[in-house]
Amino acid sequence: MSTLLFFLAAVGAISGAIGVVALRDPFFCVLALVAHLLSLAVLFLLLRAEFVAAAQVVVYAGAVMVLYVFVVAYVGEGGRSTEAGRHSPSARIPVSASDRLRGAGAPLAANLRLGGALLGGALLVELMIALLGSGLKAIEGHGAAYTPGPRAYGTPAYIGNLLLTRFLLAFEIASFLLLIAAVGGVVLARRREGLEEEAGGAGRLASAPGERLAALDLTRPAGTGTMAEGVGRR
Amino acid sequence: MSIAWYLAASAIIFSLGAVGVIIRRNPLVILLCLELMLNGANLALIAFARMWGNGDGQILALIVMTVAACEVCIGLGMIVAIYRRRLPIDVDELRELQG
Repeated sequence: MSTLLFFLAAVGAISGAIGVVALRDPFFCVLALVAHLLSLAVLFLLLRAEFVAAAQVVVYAGAVMVLYVFVVAYVGEGGRSTEAGRHSPSARIPVSASDRLRGAGAPLAANLRLGGALLGGALLVELMIALLGSGLKAIEGHGAAYTPGPRAYGTPAYIGNLLLTRFLLAFEIASFLLLIAAVGGVVLARRREGLEEEAGGAGRLASAPGERLAALDLTRPAGTGTMAEGVGRR
Repeated sequence: MSIAWYLAASAIIFSLGAVGVIIRRNPLVILLCLELMLNGANLALIAFARMWGNGDGQILALIVMTVAACEVCIGLGMIVAIYRRRLPIDVDELRELQG
């Protein structure tokens, strides 16, 4: 039973990975990654990592993939057309000078694809030698002894106990890293009004003649991309 | 199934992700292939944790998932910023920093 489940999940995970690499449309790539993550969660369950499998489904296949789908829908055709063909520029994206200089783009892409596949094959052989040819006797076994129970290996109680005792520092650092990344994502993705027209934006403190300069404008000059600018309040 | 099978699957997933990072030009898909590589590493970590019957590998896999979520957050923010500046979403075209 577990053998059958392993092969089903492994084939699902690997075909999902092939789909991510080979599919042309980014939206289908995201869907293939969702299938890959769900199959991987089955593999985690087979390895008795219940909590990690649940976190994989809820956090990865749920939240992170929704973020991807949103960005694919937001970027839309712009992200799709460059991959489809170098010689069919959409109306949105101007043909750059490098595009015209590099008239023979197709052979270059084919060479890149062949070289990438060769490099990937070499990496696979090397990893197989490193992992399977290591001479470790334990990788031929089925793992350590496992006794089911409410606080057994891999259950939420077990993981929570480890996270709040031995790995408390790593846990706190990870949570702080998440906070920094959330702030960084907001700062990167917000709308910067005025930065395209004027480089500094410092000369635009009072844009309208009759507008009074508020004290807040000195600490927050125009064109620095504040939230108020994003909704057009300046 | 013995642990070696899981390790083989993780090696295949990791190399597929590496191939994708090399051959794709869309930064969104490159981020997806990075996720593939991280997932391959996660599978190996959990397989080795099962081999020793020790929870440390599972904790490390959870931390890797956290770091991957941070990377997605920053990467997607950068893609949205690139799109707002009307730049092409293609890593071969974005080479101002190459000098």
